[in-house]
Amino acid sequence: MLDISLAPRALFYIAGFPVSNTFFWMVVLSIILMVVFVWVARSMKAVPGPLQNILEILIEGSYSFANSITGNEEKTKKMFPFVFTLFIFILVCNLVVYFPGQSALTLENAGGTVPLFRAIMSDYSLIFVMTILGVIVTQIIAITVHGPFGYIGKFFNIKEFKNFIKYLFKGKFKPSLLAQGFLDLFLGIMNLVGEFSKIVSLSFRLFGNIFAGEVIAMVVLFLFPFILPLPFKILGLLTAVVQAFVFSVLTLIYMTLASEIEEDEIAEKATI
Amino acid sequence: MEAEAAKFLAAGVAVGLGALGPGIGEGIIAGYALSAIGRNPEASGKIMPFMFATMAVAESTAIYALVVALLILFAF
Repeated sequence: MLDISLAPRALFYIAGFPVSNTFFWMVVLSIILMVVFVWVARSMKAVPGPLQNILEILIEGSYSFANSITGNEEKTKKMFPFVFTLFIFILVCNLVVYFPGQSALTLENAGGTVPLFRAIMSDYSLIFVMTILGVIVTQIIAITVHGPFGYIGKFFNIKEFKNFIKYLFKGKFKPSLLAQGFLDLFLGIMNLVGEFSKIVSLSFRLFGNIFAGEVIAMVVLFLFPFILPLPFKILGLLTAVVQAFVFSVLTLIYMTLASEIEEDEIAEKATI
Repeated sequence: MEAEAAKFLAAGVAVGLGALGPGIGEGIIAGYALSAIGRNPEASGKIMPFMFATMAVAESTAIYALVVALLILFAF
């Protein structure tokens, strides 16, 4: 029967710490990526070699695209390194799956026969950490831009309540302000829910796509091992690139949205 | 009905119904993007990335359904 498990399997243990197949390959790929990028950055030439050329095209293209989303050179300079790192890491992790022959390698250990390789992005804990990082950075940007009180005020909006009480002391009863206050409070709580749903939607999108791609490839290979899996694999190749792109672009969009100052806020600052 | 049979049924129904809406939505997104490219072919480079990004957002409900189905099948 098909061997499908949600959790990655442990390859070996280092002092009781299970090293799973996804973790192992993630570390290996990160080291390779770091070495390649640092080496190219150190040995920059005026006339670029092939590797430097490819990386320059990639980075320049992504930079101008990121610039078109943020619409501000200064913001792009601050956000681009983080987002591009996510993009290149996810892309390489997804594309390594298409290295031929890797799925045939297995390892015998205490847990039985464990496949040596597994699509790295089908490990939910890794994706969860990346998403949490992105969301925390987004919140930090929001706090630095709006200030701590403005940030909390976005979720617990009591401005209209204050106005209502102010008018009440003046002897005017305005129920419309009260209704507006309750609406603002409700919308603020919805904002709070929205912040948490970002974590769920961003992480499950990547995890679901990659894991489902793996399962579909496995099932089709099990049903009919010739020719038929090819279109699924090509579709998986498209998914691998698009999901890396989508994950990083959505993170960038969230960060850009958090860094934008709304119009009524500008008006408020102008009156003060 | 046995619990095992109900599990398989539930997984199938979850993915089938969950993929219905996103399928329609993605079709609409792709249709509008293509008609926009047809009007202005030079803008295709600008339209395509946003088409993929919005498609991924529309797709997310299908992915939730899929994750639920996978959890039903393999986790519980």
